[in-house]
Amino acid sequence: MHELSLMNILLDDALNAAAGAPVCALRVRVGPLSGVVIEALRFAFEALIPGTPAEGARLDIEETAPAFRCPHCHATYHPPIGAYECPSCGATDGELTGGYELELISIEVPDHV
Amino acid sequence: MCENCGCGHPHNHDHDHDHEHEHGHGHSHDHAPSRTIEVQKSALAANQRYADQNRGWFRAKNLDVINLLSSPGSGKTALLERTLRDLPHAAAIVGDLQTDNDAARLRTTGAQAIQITTGATCHLDAHMVMHVLEQLDTSNLRLLFIENVGNLVCPASYDLGERRRVVLLSVTEGEDKPLKYPVMFLKADLVLVTKMDLAEAVEFDREAALANIRQVAPRAEIIELSAKTGESFADWLEWLKTRG
Repeated sequence: MHELSLMNILLDDALNAAAGAPVCALRVRVGPLSGVVIEALRFAFEALIPGTPAEGARLDIEETAPAFRCPHCHATYHPPIGAYECPSCGATDGELTGGYELELISIEVPDHV
Repeated sequence: MCENCGCGHPHNHDHDHDHEHEHGHGHSHDHAPSRTIEVQKSALAANQRYADQNRGWFRAKNLDVINLLSSPGSGKTALLERTLRDLPHAAAIVGDLQTDNDAARLRTTGAQAIQITTGATCHLDAHMVMHVLEQLDTSNLRLLFIENVGNLVCPASYDLGERRRVVLLSVTEGEDKPLKYPVMFLKADLVLVTKMDLAEAVEFDREAALANIRQVAPRAEIIELSAKTGESFADWLEWLKTRG
């Protein structure tokens, strides 16, 4: 339900970075633990862009996996949601180090503006 | 506190670190050439700033802060009612879409309770919490509960500045709920299985529920309790006293 407000922030950041130029594309990184539903994020994007310099822009989404670090064997691993055992030693108390990302990586603007 | 957070000045972001480079990946698009501007900015950056400010404030006041999360009707308010009666020096901030019923209910315990009504917003964020902190009398306060909006999805994304997260699962919700909402459970420091007084009546499959919780919250402790009968309530109070 909060994808609209989060997309609004990402779009604001994109428009600010473009400094008035039209925006052709936004590249956004979404972690599986970010709590956002990608379809809802896309829906919010389409709802928000009309009338802005990003009207008609593409939304490129880069999905990441959860990242863990094993405190015992020091392996880093990227397990699926809900199965967090260390693949090297089987420990279940891995330390979560990533997967919460929801960030605007970059934007594309026309070359000659 | 408005001076701290810049409310009403929505365009005070800094964009000093943006830099540009040519879009050099050689794609053959059939539209006009474009260039890429790197941004690298989290949508939750603003929330994180407020959360860090809250955390600093809590530390300065020597306050232990617990974020309580669950679906609607899992017994957060009943848990707090009993907890606030049992523990002096504790207070609560309560989030709901509408009404101050929960805060009013909690104030009957004699403790301070502040309601945040979020309107259409499905979670508390650090900014909302920051704005009610000034209403708290912290002179005799050691422990602050933040009862989040009942929702197992959105509140997971928002750090409020708390030190620990407690997620509730009531026996009436179904043993597989943790598997359906794994993200919320993964960040839990403690999972409370609530309404244990109803376990038999709803044929609660305890072993399945515990296995499911351990699968999605491998680092969390688990306490099964009932705020109604007081079963295992001492374990919860003991957990609260350990400052981790």
